[in-house]
Amino acid sequence: MDGIWTKKRYASRFAAVVAAIAGVLASLPAPAFAMHISEGLLPASWAVLWYVVAIPFVALGLRELQRRNEEFPYFKPLVGLVGAAVFLISCMPIPVPTAGTCSHPCGTGIAAILIGPGLTVVVASIALTLQALFLAHGGLTTLGANIVAMGVAGSYVGFGTWLIARRLGVPWIAAAFLAGLLSDWATYAMTSFELTAAFHAGSSFSAMFSLILIAFVPTQLPLGILEGILCAGALRFVRNRKPELLRMAAAGGAA
Amino acid sequence: MKRAVLILTFAGLLLAGPACPPGRAASWSGVDETVIEKFAEKAGRTAREPFINTDQGDLLLFVFLVAGIVGGFIGGYNFRVLFPPRRDVGDEKHV
Repeated sequence: MDGIWTKKRYASRFAAVVAAIAGVLASLPAPAFAMHISEGLLPASWAVLWYVVAIPFVALGLRELQRRNEEFPYFKPLVGLVGAAVFLISCMPIPVPTAGTCSHPCGTGIAAILIGPGLTVVVASIALTLQALFLAHGGLTTLGANIVAMGVAGSYVGFGTWLIARRLGVPWIAAAFLAGLLSDWATYAMTSFELTAAFHAGSSFSAMFSLILIAFVPTQLPLGILEGILCAGALRFVRNRKPELLRMAAAGGAA
Repeated sequence: MKRAVLILTFAGLLLAGPACPPGRAASWSGVDETVIEKFAEKAGRTAREPFINTDQGDLLLFVFLVAGIVGGFIGGYNFRVLFPPRRDVGDEKHV
């Protein structure tokens, strides 16, 4: 029995080492891997508008952080862990062989299940600000638009999907998969909406929106599935190792 | 074993990208270039240099590495607080 466990442990460790090497190799090629709206792309009026939309969500999240930190002793480390994960995941370019391009998952689906959508907006905002400042990833003028796409749309759609699926009696693992999948797709649907709103000018809004959305499909379709798997896997880990964390999660123990 | 297969599949996905012959599909650029900037350019908008431009030579690699180390440390520290390591069965026998 011990031998089987040892073999399993070695297999897991070997796989983890291979995954780590693969991660490093995959991130070696140097061209810019940004996936957010770059600096200066949006006209000033639209840049300001998306800031105005984003600010109330960030303020709401900050208020929630203060309130829930007093309620739960493990809340700070959980927010720290989720924040670091969202930052790293949204920095990580993943090559999509079917499209020949790179893009990244967002991590907002699992974050919203664990700490709630309000706080996910806060951690996504911090991640996006750091990326815009130091990693040539996104931009300060487009920060509001990127927060609305990745933070607001990603987390609220992910969390909403999770809640609805659970209330419909969908098994938790499938609900988590759907939350991850749809949070990723919602991010890119919102980005498409933002670009269309700024650039459609005289042309048809719906036609341009569809065009941009379709252009994202070859990359984001597989990545969304990957994000769904990551989300379900992460939730499975938390349920197995420390289910009490889910009791203080925004889902109110629905997991 | 199931976990190992999952992790290896993920690693395979990561490696499959760079392993593809160049020119077969595209240059592995991000969707910002292939989608966002393409539509912006059609509308007459081009991306501006970031305010702090780290996209110069190997500087971006360095900054990404530092971001990975700092983010990894913060994540790892909090992970250990939340999920302390389990004691091995072997260790318990010696207690």
